[in-house]
Amino acid sequence: MNTEIQEILLKANEIRKLSLRMIYNAQSGHPGGSLSAADILATLYFKVLRVDPKNPGWDERDRFVLSKGHASAAYYAALALRGFFPIEELFTFRRINSRLQGHPTIHVPGVDMTTGSLGQGFSNSVGMAISGKIDKKDFKVYVLLGDGECNEGIVWEAALSAAHNNLDNLIAILDRNMFQLDGATEKILSLEPIEEKFRAFRWNVYTVNGHNVEELIDAIEKSKQSNGRPNIIIARTVKGKGVSFMENTHEFHGKAPNKEQFEKAMQELNEKEMSIKKGEIE
Amino acid sequence: MNESQRQAYGETLVKLGTDKRIVVLDADLSSSTHTSLFQRAYPDRFFNMGIQEQNMIGVAAGLALSGKIPFASSFAVFIVGRAYDVIRQSVAYTNANVKIVATHGGITVGEDGATHQMLEDLGIMSGLPNFSVIAPADAPETRRVIEEIAYKNGPFYVRLSREKVPTLLKDAEFKIGKGIVIREGEDLAIFSTGIVLGRALEAAENLSNVGISASVIHMHTLKPIDRDLIIKYSRKTGRIITVEEHTIFNGLGSRVAEILSEYSPARLIRIGINDTFGESGPGWELLDKYGISAKNIFEKAILMVRS
Repeated sequence: MNTEIQEILLKANEIRKLSLRMIYNAQSGHPGGSLSAADILATLYFKVLRVDPKNPGWDERDRFVLSKGHASAAYYAALALRGFFPIEELFTFRRINSRLQGHPTIHVPGVDMTTGSLGQGFSNSVGMAISGKIDKKDFKVYVLLGDGECNEGIVWEAALSAAHNNLDNLIAILDRNMFQLDGATEKILSLEPIEEKFRAFRWNVYTVNGHNVEELIDAIEKSKQSNGRPNIIIARTVKGKGVSFMENTHEFHGKAPNKEQFEKAMQELNEKEMSIKKGEIE
Repeated sequence: MNESQRQAYGETLVKLGTDKRIVVLDADLSSSTHTSLFQRAYPDRFFNMGIQEQNMIGVAAGLALSGKIPFASSFAVFIVGRAYDVIRQSVAYTNANVKIVATHGGITVGEDGATHQMLEDLGIMSGLPNFSVIAPADAPETRRVIEEIAYKNGPFYVRLSREKVPTLLKDAEFKIGKGIVIREGEDLAIFSTGIVLGRALEAAENLSNVGISASVIHMHTLKPIDRDLIIKYSRKTGRIITVEEHTIFNGLGSRVAEILSEYSPARLIRIGINDTFGESGPGWELLDKYGISAKNIFEKAILMVRS
């Protein structure tokens, strides 16, 4: 395997381990959607995003909005690993007097938008992309959406408006893990066919395996070449990815693991780390 | 002379538009809010978002956090009512530099009826940290408010009316958070906010004809409220009447009641909409029907002073 990809996979695994440690430590947080988004976040922060941890407010930076703000643990872990703030700070997550609020806020270095109320980050990213267009800047605006989040009306308002304003500088990624808090997305409020919906809204649509870094990079590269249309990458993912008993269930959407579960999870992720290093996992 | 606050708003936006950071958003009501004047002058920095108030505010927040100075407008009932959570999370919590200018505030919206008459906005918006809340009395004051807030960092909510309103404050100085004493009197003080100032002044004039001298104070800023001025006139007169085109809950009357209770007790009568919806009809006549009239202020003042 290409060492760059291997490096990103190792970062993703580290994001998973840190997220679970943070959530376990706080005994609160959202493991399922953090684990499903880990490969996407690692790809963005260790390959794609033009950002400078020493200058988080840099005008020319690519913007990133975590619209599914409840995946904050994975987001903070990615930012810390990328050097925006010390790793040790991660363990203040969800504690009193911490910068690392339960859901992301712009007070944290590297966070471009406060999120948590679903759908708003998507709308905010449309505003950022419009601003880039007005100023003729070449930065891109990336936004990570959850699938349950797409129940919200504002998501479709923003989708209409991004297409209407020809925001080809906007690259959305949908973490399509098929579960929301109360159960399977298709049982709560069905979204399929999601690709057709966005295509009908005049978006460029790409579907990838959201745990395959090469596919993610390829779809992002194609999105960057877009002319006139906003882009969405439907990243087919597994909720709870990487921890056997958290996979494909809504049970760990918003529940912290107990001691036994945490130890088992870390053991599995440590084994996975060995496999990535040996080049067994792609 | 009667002038339109909305017209004054649109014209002021055009004046501000030489600054490229100014962007204007509307939700398919631009010909009513008069942001259409800005659209004509600066089409590249005007965004008609369609009928989607939530996304309009979300986009405005994104623009503000990218260094723009966005003004977002619609009718008060929709921009506050439909977009409240977006205002709360994306604008107030981030302290984004978004200026929300709502037209068609209050019952004077008139014929469209209760669905379009926003009576709770000042209270709702005052509850949000970081927001300042302003209800100008007339068109010239609207101009001064818009020019002022464009360059005061942070979120603002400004409430304008549909009806043309009498020009009363042609030259009065506007300072955020500082009430304007328009008339001095000893027997009671009438505090009003927004476009009902004329009614307070008319009542004071009629009171003077029966030997009662009333102060009239225009509280354009609901938040931050001018606490010192309220305390001063409480001590001076011992009798306060508040007048607002808003529910008596959580608006000017409530704020004044809080301050009087905490710092300087005085007699208080609140005039506003008494926990009810409005109805269709000519705007100014509706104000009369719901008691926000010079006559009602006069009668309540007499009651207060002579009992």
